[in-house]
Amino acid sequence: MKIRLDHVVKTFQTFRAVKDVSLEIESGELVALLGPSGSGKTTILRMVAGLEFADGGHIYFGDQDATDIPVRDRGVGFVFQHYALFPHMTVAQNIAFGMEVSKVKRDKAAIQTRVAELLHLVRLEGLGERFPAQISGGQRQRVALARALAVDPKVLLLDEPFGALDANVRRELRRWLREIHTKLGITTLFVTHDQEEALDLADRVVILKDGHIVQQGTPEEVCREPKSAFVMKFLGDANMLPAEVRDGRAHVDGAVIEVSGIADGKAELYARPVDLDWAASGPGIPASIARVMDRPGGRRVIATTGSGVPLELDLEPERAVKAGDTGYVTLRRATVFAA
Amino acid sequence: MSFKKTARTLPRVGDGPFFRRALIGIVLTLGALLILAPLLIIGVEAFSKGWQVYRDTILHPDTRHAIMLTVLAALIAVPVNTAFGVAAAWAITKFDFRGKGFLLVVIEIPFSVSPIVAGVAYLFVYGLQGLFGPTLDAYGIKILFAIPGIILASMFVTAPFVARELIPLMQAQGRDLEEAATSLGASGWRTFFSVTLPNIKWALLYGVVLCNARVMGEFGAVSVVSGNIRGQTNTLPLHIELLYHDYQAAGAFASASILALIAVFTIIAKVALERQGAGRVRPAANPAENAS
Repeated sequence: MKIRLDHVVKTFQTFRAVKDVSLEIESGELVALLGPSGSGKTTILRMVAGLEFADGGHIYFGDQDATDIPVRDRGVGFVFQHYALFPHMTVAQNIAFGMEVSKVKRDKAAIQTRVAELLHLVRLEGLGERFPAQISGGQRQRVALARALAVDPKVLLLDEPFGALDANVRRELRRWLREIHTKLGITTLFVTHDQEEALDLADRVVILKDGHIVQQGTPEEVCREPKSAFVMKFLGDANMLPAEVRDGRAHVDGAVIEVSGIADGKAELYARPVDLDWAASGPGIPASIARVMDRPGGRRVIATTGSGVPLELDLEPERAVKAGDTGYVTLRRATVFAA
Repeated sequence: MSFKKTARTLPRVGDGPFFRRALIGIVLTLGALLILAPLLIIGVEAFSKGWQVYRDTILHPDTRHAIMLTVLAALIAVPVNTAFGVAAAWAITKFDFRGKGFLLVVIEIPFSVSPIVAGVAYLFVYGLQGLFGPTLDAYGIKILFAIPGIILASMFVTAPFVARELIPLMQAQGRDLEEAATSLGASGWRTFFSVTLPNIKWALLYGVVLCNARVMGEFGAVSVVSGNIRGQTNTLPLHIELLYHDYQAAGAFASASILALIAVFTIIAKVALERQGAGRVRPAANPAENAS
């Protein structure tokens, strides 16, 4: 089912949480709403679910205007960050709940068959008689997903689904959710503040800031062509160097980089740690190494430029550098934004 | 460098043997004098004139009527206040609306107002010189110095018990469960009975038990509005006072022993419910233990 948000606005008392957001999610797509806390991403998700109502604009499910349809009749599956499993019901009863309260009557045997199917899908066979308190966090979130899927929702909505889990379980569940999505092809929208999770999982990432969409696109598009300094910084570690643009070239402390589409004047140059390299001799930005941090995949070097700007560089594990070395930082690639 | 060897526990008040004995002594003496002795006296005095007098007092029509009236007040006031308390707690904790803060304050009023003030206030509202008194009298409806007044006063005094017990618990539980149930297609009633109620049942029972104990023991407010008509508008606590003023000490204590017995049962029920986790806010049912 295709979802379309058309100039949606939401205000809480005096705080405008969502300001004029328009967004389309194609049928079968898996889309991440990514943003820092307070960016309005959860509010958007809750409005799509019908747990909050928009103050302005419309939300369409397919061709139907769903703006004022209450959550009960909207046919969405919602997965909460803290699972929201019913603690007094077993896993199987939790999964069966939606089918039991549904206006579509099913007989007991049909419900049981469906519960067994879903337990198989989320790989929790044999845990049906346990209570939520007796299973792990990762298992609980899988039960929550099975419960949401039980009512054959048109849309699956997940609010920070892995936020309460530890890193390893998180990575495993991420891959597993992707598999389930591929298998079922259900239109899925999820909220996260973890850029890695969004990039790993989603077909398309929608980046939000202060209630606005600042950029959307495939993970490749947003990573390779960030449209603003905010997106650049939010997606990962980024170094910023003040630059001066003259005649299509950005000048930074002795380094020069070709840029296009930026007017002459002050600018900001952004580069990821892997975009920077270290050389003993020029040309480059003169700098001295303040600290070296070793990591499994390489060496993270903190260097300070001649004008006092701290930079982080990722170098290969074999590189022999140490604190106190002086040399030159070179740019492999960089993105320049007008300041 | 050497360290003095001490017990491997944190230092606390009363570690010294003398101080400890003094503290324990104070607690035991005060407990015995203030709580245990009066309770024992009730038992002793109730039977001081023998089993026969005790039986006669209990079976006396006036006493029986007082018991009946007290039970009647409880049978009406407790269910009404339970319904009110659940509805108020549900509204306050699960929804946002204008005047929520005001409703919270209103619920608290009976706790902060002296029962006798409540009783006097009822006189001014429903009394013959009061606000609605003349109108009600014109239609032949008698509220004061009659059973309705007693029930209304009891209800006023005990209105907050259930709500006060439920609000902190339901606040801690949050709205996720209800939202999950609705998103799965459950109606409001279904959500309440299948999801909310099972998670508050022990706290609810706890509130009901406390509410009931208070209704049955209420004296101040009821005493003002009942008019103390023997055999007609006397509840058990009022009856006890009346007997006592009539110099029927044994009778007063016999009647009091019934209230004391109710109190003991209340305490047992309370302890049993507390074992089930009522009366305190439990950590969220699904603690986020793998928090990152």
